[in-house]
Amino acid sequence: MTSVQTSETVKQAEATPEVEQPYRELGLKDDEYKRIREILGRRPTSSELAMYSVMWSEHCSYKSSKVHLKQFGDKAPDTDALLVGIGENAGVVDIGDGWAVTFKVESHNHPSYVEPYQGAATGVGGIVRDIMSMGARPVAVMDPLRFGPADAEDTRRVLPGVVAGIGGYGNCLGLPNVGGEVVFDPSYAGNPLVNALCAGVLRHDQIKLAHASGAGNLVVLFGATTGGDGIGGVSVLASETFDDAHPTKRPAVQVGDPFMEKVLIECCLDLFAADLVVGIQDLGGAGLSCATSELASNGDGGMTVWLDRVPLRDSSLRPEEILMSESQERMCAVVEPAKIDAFLEICTRWDVLATVVGEVDGSGRLTVEWHGETIVDVPPRTVAHEGPVYERPYARPPWQDALQADGPSSLARPTSPAELRATVLRMVGSPNLASKSWVTDQYDRYVLGNTVLAQPEDSGVVRVDESSNLGIALATDGNGRFAKLDPYAGAQLALSEAYRNVAVTGARPLAVTDCLNFGSPEDPDVMWQFAEATRGLADACLELGVPVTGGNVSFYNQTGDVAINPTPVVGVLGVLADVRRRVPMGFASPGEVVVLLGETRDELAGSEWAHEVHGHLGGLPPRVDLAAEKALASLMAEVAAAGVATAAHDVSDGGLAQTLAEMTLRRGVGATVSLDEVAGGDAFVALFAESVARAVVTAPADRVADLETSAATYGVRVTRLGTTGGGSLVVGDIDLAVDELRAASERTLPALFA
Amino acid sequence: MRVGVVTFPGSLDDGDAARAVRLAGGETVRLWHGDDSLRDVDAVVLPGGFSYGDYLRCGAIARFAPVMAPLVDAARGGLPVLGICNGFQVLCESHLLPGALIRNDHRKFNCVDQELAVENASTAWTGGYSVGQRVVVPLKNGEGGYVADEATLDRLEGEGQVVVRYVGDNPNGSYRSIAGITNERGNVVGLMPHPEHAVEELTGPSTDGLAFFTSVLTAAVTA
Repeated sequence: MTSVQTSETVKQAEATPEVEQPYRELGLKDDEYKRIREILGRRPTSSELAMYSVMWSEHCSYKSSKVHLKQFGDKAPDTDALLVGIGENAGVVDIGDGWAVTFKVESHNHPSYVEPYQGAATGVGGIVRDIMSMGARPVAVMDPLRFGPADAEDTRRVLPGVVAGIGGYGNCLGLPNVGGEVVFDPSYAGNPLVNALCAGVLRHDQIKLAHASGAGNLVVLFGATTGGDGIGGVSVLASETFDDAHPTKRPAVQVGDPFMEKVLIECCLDLFAADLVVGIQDLGGAGLSCATSELASNGDGGMTVWLDRVPLRDSSLRPEEILMSESQERMCAVVEPAKIDAFLEICTRWDVLATVVGEVDGSGRLTVEWHGETIVDVPPRTVAHEGPVYERPYARPPWQDALQADGPSSLARPTSPAELRATVLRMVGSPNLASKSWVTDQYDRYVLGNTVLAQPEDSGVVRVDESSNLGIALATDGNGRFAKLDPYAGAQLALSEAYRNVAVTGARPLAVTDCLNFGSPEDPDVMWQFAEATRGLADACLELGVPVTGGNVSFYNQTGDVAINPTPVVGVLGVLADVRRRVPMGFASPGEVVVLLGETRDELAGSEWAHEVHGHLGGLPPRVDLAAEKALASLMAEVAAAGVATAAHDVSDGGLAQTLAEMTLRRGVGATVSLDEVAGGDAFVALFAESVARAVVTAPADRVADLETSAATYGVRVTRLGTTGGGSLVVGDIDLAVDELRAASERTLPALFA
Repeated sequence: MRVGVVTFPGSLDDGDAARAVRLAGGETVRLWHGDDSLRDVDAVVLPGGFSYGDYLRCGAIARFAPVMAPLVDAARGGLPVLGICNGFQVLCESHLLPGALIRNDHRKFNCVDQELAVENASTAWTGGYSVGQRVVVPLKNGEGGYVADEATLDRLEGEGQVVVRYVGDNPNGSYRSIAGITNERGNVVGLMPHPEHAVEELTGPSTDGLAFFTSVLTAAVTA
């Protein structure tokens, strides 16, 4: 016989106001604890303290970022595309014909450093449940990843584990992985960034929200049982920096069961189809504390939870631990009593354990009972939505001016054809630009049978409707070096690139999700970076007409006093009325005309070339030109729909040289081009500058005039570069055989990680 | 022509297999793992995925699903059955096909466009191909290494039961580069690559996989 765990009751807390509580160990500050006592009019019980501590953690409460994130709403562009805006589990975007898409990117940085496989795996699981909780069928994932130097020993520990975890979990869920990034930079050593994006599809009338409405409705916990994994994961892992002096934190990382999640997805879709759910919420960070308080807070009444009914993996768990557990693959639904039998029947069909653990009531309180005793009695909004808000001090760092003054003009540049040729090959094989197929081949890109484009294409393109060929394009980008040089511009450049990557496929960009990865908000330098980046992103979203629909903030990505490069990662969603018209990146067939769209300037500060060849970071990043991005996007949408463009690829990291090399490598079709008309004939600048709003496009010889006419309408400069064909990429005097380029591109990652 | 597609908990490519049957001109009948009837179908596809999480061993739990009892009987009686990836693993675990699938020799999941050579164009599922034909279809698995003892391998080769073989570098350490096999009668075929992902120009590397599904429609008509 197992003994029943006991827990402090509300009555006991009332009777013993003087008891010392370990709130500091749980991450609460003195004034935060004081506020909890004021809210409750007494000291909290141990369970209440647990709930407040996880829900008021940085990760859950956004207490340092809230005042800045507000701009995404305040400056939101006018759009009718948004069906559900920021603040829900994920935003929902109208893509036409009654279809909607929900998408979101999130971080799982800290867990992935501690335990790469499980950290990355559960990152995928968490974002997929966010998408499910909107009522959608998840249809694609992508993973923007950032690691320390490619040849660092710790990168060899972290990267293979992260990649295997993403594959091991995502592949088993049956979701195609269609894009993402793999970036190496010393600033991420000790703080890898493991971000995960998921997109889901639903009909307009299927949108679900995390609302507990209707007194008498039942609260059902379904999915996996609750165990001791991930307890305090939120507060311990997401809100502290790593310190060698502390013992291992491995037990606080959750362990994923992708099979359970796959079954849960199908079960949820059947529940939605049968219209059996009033409100739904996934259990992620802060587990039941979060799900119940958010459901109750969003609802119109209160909620009572009978915590002793929660099915446990480990009967010795204390109530506080059950409330904080981050066991994966669990969902919480609000169900009308008349529908509960049908609900449970579907769960039985999928062998999903489902338990009624509570009831919606009119009390306005969230009450948790444990074997008949009340152990939590709180106003739910104070837990879920009225946490502390900080106006953290921030100031432009004293070193910022010197960094910006230290431009790349004095760096030695290659000049002779032989030097330029060697530099192109070196860049093509550099870890950041080399082929990522060693990583992406570990992900299933085919499952579900709707993947039209996947990595290394500019965007993932997914068919939504087989009968109409309506589809979506998704891309994520970020550039921590640009953001370090100028966080306002850096965030705009991340958005510009993702927007452009969506646009070059012919899709119309519609909406944005962001994952803001930064150092400690308690450091005024970092907080200034954050303030600048959010301001920049909000301003640019307004100008480009694409609203931020949701996302995530990850702070404390730093080791000691050294923060990562500020890294806003931006995901853009676009719509394609007919995915058969999408434009892929590779040169398709010989004899087509190759043109460069856009202006090339001597912009090499923060470039891949300066980083790879000189290890240099200084100066001002490329000039942001949102009007030019918009014009380029409009042009691409037009020429794609008209079938004029046969290939298109954006120019970004590594410059035009990298763009041409990637277009050649994609299908093994070469090209002969001249750069005499680019950048005033400066071959080095033409090849390696990273000026914005550019793309290389091909068109059949008899259609290129149409392309030029359209470009003139939008004011986009067109430079004819040459012609496709042959087994080499020939750039002026430089001749690079496809095989040589391929060897350079493909050997790097296997040599480092295989 | 009614082609059943079985869904186990954890099946992933069941929708893709159903689409392939439809594009080939057949009628898809969805079969549930817990059913004990095949609902009078004329052929069955066991799709890819991770049935029951593939915990224990790939396909080892699925073979005990209620739907497998009538399926094994019908297969022994000549019903055309195609096992793709996890479905191949289930067929081996059910002893409808010899050998087993083990972890890839490089120990990673691998998703590539794979070239195959068709070596037997007389099975119920490959009649639309010609012997020696090269096709490209996606290969994606973590446990795709085909193994069997030497005597079994010799027998498979000798009796023409190797249906498709990998061309070029062996992608997963399969013995003798075997990608797919058939039973003696030629009605049961299992292969690791995914022909159902190569049925549309828009979404596949080719449409080379479609003939698996058109073949069985023809085979059933002429049978």
